[in-house]
Amino acid sequence: MLKIKNLHASVDDKAILKGIDLHVKPGEVHAIMGPNGSGKSTLAAVVAGKEEYEVEEGEILLDGENIDELGPEERAHKGVFMSFQYPVEIPGVSVTNFMKTSINETRKAKGLEDMPANEMLKMIREKSEMLEIDRKFLSRSLNEGFSGGEKKRNEIFQMAMLEPKLAILDETDSGLDIDALRIVANGVNKLKSKDNAVIIITHYQRLLDYIVPDYVHVLMDGKIVKSGDKQLAHKLEAKGYDWIKEEVGV
Amino acid sequence: MSKYTEDDLREELKTKEYEYGFYTDIESDTFPNGLNEDIVRAISEKKEEPEWMTEWRLEAFKVWKEMTEPEWANVNYEKPDFQAISYYSAPNSKPKYDSLDEVDPELLATFEKLGISLDEQKKLAGVAMDVVVDSVSVATTFKKTLAEKGIIFMSISEAIQEHPELVRKYMGTVVPQKDNFYAALNSAVFSDGSFCYIPKGVKCPMELSTYFRINQAGTGQFERTLVIADEGSYVSYLEGCTAPSRDENQLHAAVVELIALDNAEIKYSTVQNWYPGNAEGKGGVYNFVTKRGLCENNAKISWTQVETGSAITWKYPSCVLKGDNSVGEFYSIAVTNNFQQADTGTKMVHLGKNTKSTIISKGISAGKSQNSYRGLVQISSRAENARNFSQCDSLLMGNECGAHTFPYIEAKNKSAQIEHEATTSKIGEDQIFYCNQRGIDTEKAIALIVNGFSKEVLNKLPMEFAVEAQKLLEISLEGSVG
Repeated sequence: MLKIKNLHASVDDKAILKGIDLHVKPGEVHAIMGPNGSGKSTLAAVVAGKEEYEVEEGEILLDGENIDELGPEERAHKGVFMSFQYPVEIPGVSVTNFMKTSINETRKAKGLEDMPANEMLKMIREKSEMLEIDRKFLSRSLNEGFSGGEKKRNEIFQMAMLEPKLAILDETDSGLDIDALRIVANGVNKLKSKDNAVIIITHYQRLLDYIVPDYVHVLMDGKIVKSGDKQLAHKLEAKGYDWIKEEVGV
Repeated sequence: MSKYTEDDLREELKTKEYEYGFYTDIESDTFPNGLNEDIVRAISEKKEEPEWMTEWRLEAFKVWKEMTEPEWANVNYEKPDFQAISYYSAPNSKPKYDSLDEVDPELLATFEKLGISLDEQKKLAGVAMDVVVDSVSVATTFKKTLAEKGIIFMSISEAIQEHPELVRKYMGTVVPQKDNFYAALNSAVFSDGSFCYIPKGVKCPMELSTYFRINQAGTGQFERTLVIADEGSYVSYLEGCTAPSRDENQLHAAVVELIALDNAEIKYSTVQNWYPGNAEGKGGVYNFVTKRGLCENNAKISWTQVETGSAITWKYPSCVLKGDNSVGEFYSIAVTNNFQQADTGTKMVHLGKNTKSTIISKGISAGKSQNSYRGLVQISSRAENARNFSQCDSLLMGNECGAHTFPYIEAKNKSAQIEHEATTSKIGEDQIFYCNQRGIDTEKAIALIVNGFSKEVLNKLPMEFAVEAQKLLEISLEGSVG
């Protein structure tokens, strides 16, 4: 589904990603871990198509198609979703209205009619129940005055509504208490299927207790220095990153 | 209209160019350029006005001659040459029509381009139209329905003939001839406009609506509107404007006077979409308008405006809260793009006891435009327990535009409660990227953010107008991000 080959990317002429190779197949969950500043969030932003990041070398293939030249909205239309570490506020635009616009724009790009209102309503009801979201919450301005946990839950609600092919969760666990973490993780697990894939970017293995990854990758200084299964995450939790630094000589 | 959604609206919004930029070739009756006493007399004569009206105009002209153009506004432009303007232009088809069949077909085609064909409007229950093309009203609808309630809704020229006692009693009482340079000019040469009288205790059953157009090349428009809501009555008045695309500057100096007698309420909404000039700042309408309302005891006047057009805007819809317990409201969205300049706001003059005013102003600046809010809250010494709440928010797009706020507060009574809030924000790249990531392209993202920002004011507009206003916001800001 997603194939990243020798990806080098920079921001303001500062090299951040220095040759990433990653292959994500349908049905898989990949976790990307690593210390602060290793390039985890940059990787997410580059895949999503944020413009201030410059791809210097390498390529990103989605279902075999090079998406380097596509704008972020076009990638979204193709099923790339990113849950933001810091979701932005849009005053005066309700969650419902935002979602409606998002879904219908995506449908429009695919040559489909707008989603009928009753269908949309049904979907909103189902997905908000799944994520234990109060309906009143949906009429509030997007992320304005939301607590950290509400913002993250709202991100996953949007993911549920958009049903992406590839979801990248950028530190979705940060700022969540244990109950919210469980709800969010349950949501992600319910959305998982053999046809879609999830990339989880996180500092801690805590979230990985709930969403079990097939692969764990360690990102350091812009490179994936070690890959393994869930056990790797436990080891990182127990021993930190220093041993990897020594092992790979970073 | 409950089924209306913002997306229904957006579906309609595909226009890229200034949508209403066309020119209708209707044979017109136009005066030579220039202004002097003879021209003023000729205008009055042309309109077969009574002597008192002619004298009133001449008085105004005398005052105007001695006045100079105000320069305190935060706008820069080449001053119009008042002797290079023609002060009267009327479509030749003078007689009023009983049915649309009799109306000049080209005029009907114009309405269709505007999406306001009278045919549709007639069917659209609840909206009566008094259409002003250039300077003379050429069609009036729903007159009969209104007449049954005793409501008078006609052109001001007709009103001068048919209801001289009302016009004479109220005209100039809220905006006197000598009020300011442009008001004096308007008083001398006003061509036409609308007149509305709601009798005691009558709630006007429909929104009254006027569409203005500036049409004839080089013709200044001097509209005069007078709305009188008698004791205990209610009226909602809509004013919408479009103009043909044109390369020269067009001057527009209108005067609107509202009078709300005891316990009356007037809601006055404007969507203004005059030609703003091209992307290089060439052309565009100069809009120098004086709008003011007077509230007697327990009366309420509410101004709502969405200003997206004009090269230069100089406009301060105001309320004089003369009566005790009277209420004034001002809700405004002003959008400037490219080289547009707007200096707009309101004056709330609290004279009576327990008077209350609310000001919500939303300024959106893009391109190289300058957008200023200028407001005065004045509490007189007799105005016990007066209250005001003001909120001025500015939204900036890009790095080359400007937003300015000039709030003036004069409180002469210690019991006054005045609150002022102001914010300035910028549409951030992060907001745009967030929308992009959800499949919403940049243009649409901006429309979404701007509509969200403007929501408090858009909500105050009657539904049909809210739709048009949202459209205008989007059209006005298209291509403003790059």
